[in-house]
Amino acid sequence: MNKLSIILNGIVRDNPTFVLLLGMCPTLGTTGSALTGMSMGLATMAVLICSNIVISAIKNFIPSGVRIPAYIVVIAAFVTILQMLIQAYLPAINDSLGIFIPLIVVNCIVLGRAEAFASRNSVFDSMLDGIGIGLGFSIALTLLGAVRELIGTGRIFGVALYPESYGSLVFVLAPGAFIALGFLIAIFNNLKKKES
Amino acid sequence: MVLSLGLITIVAGTLLALVYNTTKEPIDQAKLEKQTQAISEVAPEFNNQPTTEEVKFVIDGDTVNVYPAKKDGQLVGAAVKSWTKKAFSGSFSVMYGFDTDGNVTGYAVLAHEETPGLGAKMDIWFKDPVNTERSVIGLNPDVNNMTVSKDGGEVDAITAATISSRAFLDALSRAHNAFKQYKEQN
Repeated sequence: MNKLSIILNGIVRDNPTFVLLLGMCPTLGTTGSALTGMSMGLATMAVLICSNIVISAIKNFIPSGVRIPAYIVVIAAFVTILQMLIQAYLPAINDSLGIFIPLIVVNCIVLGRAEAFASRNSVFDSMLDGIGIGLGFSIALTLLGAVRELIGTGRIFGVALYPESYGSLVFVLAPGAFIALGFLIAIFNNLKKKES
Repeated sequence: MVLSLGLITIVAGTLLALVYNTTKEPIDQAKLEKQTQAISEVAPEFNNQPTTEEVKFVIDGDTVNVYPAKKDGQLVGAAVKSWTKKAFSGSFSVMYGFDTDGNVTGYAVLAHEETPGLGAKMDIWFKDPVNTERSVIGLNPDVNNMTVSKDGGEVDAITAATISSRAFLDALSRAHNAFKQYKEQN
């Protein structure tokens, strides 16, 4: 498979948020602003790249009967390491993401890519897949966060574009996440359909 | 099967222990720094080390921490880390500052899970520099009736977040109590 197409595949054809609809819990929970959405996407991407590389490297060593527990141990180890590093060096991000960092362990994107891609492909390809899917997830979360932040509070990345009092509060709250996500998926799929 | 899973867990465990050891110090440092920053933000100007002179009081079954602020050895006020369990989503903790008369000099929300856009606005609502009539700074729970206007008090509650506002004032009165107890002892 073409190396570049693996990355593009993760961003467009198999976009985890807009096409596969995986990892909805952090998608809806952390996109109150563009910045938290982006930090969540990047944190997931870091775990995804590391776990894909390691799982692909040890795939011949794991008997298929215990492969799921083995994958989960690898993923949980990376998530815990990431959490400790964020707590130590980026405490502000730790405050804004809170419980969603340890919850990356149960994010089905990470386990899904381990099972569907890393356990069948070479180490290098798995790393590219991790980058592609991670970028796709980060872009989707940043976009959703930006839309919600803009409509809800009139800001993007904290930069005010119009007064907050004109904003619609519902977009910062959970119902707005569902509404905004629905429209983004519709737009994304419409664009994809035109392309093909 | 057992061997491979065992090996993976051993490697993962070792790695976690290593990272834990190297990040433990920076994590503690970051927490302490946040605390120190909150104290200097809320308390009157001081030049001692409030965190080393911490005094703990047990009020309503949980700990309230008083960090005395002193200037040249003279008590000028304190930062008080208080909490409430009446919040919209359980509990939150706030650092309040008082001068020696018990007037509120400032506050900083330390950790909360209130609704974004509603209760979460408390981080600036009660010290808003534009709408000063909402501000609790300069008020004294001994003198002023510090309940929300809906309950007959003087404080303007956050729009559509009366529960969070009541919880905020609940934590404030607990902090004030702790500070009074501290002053009686010293």
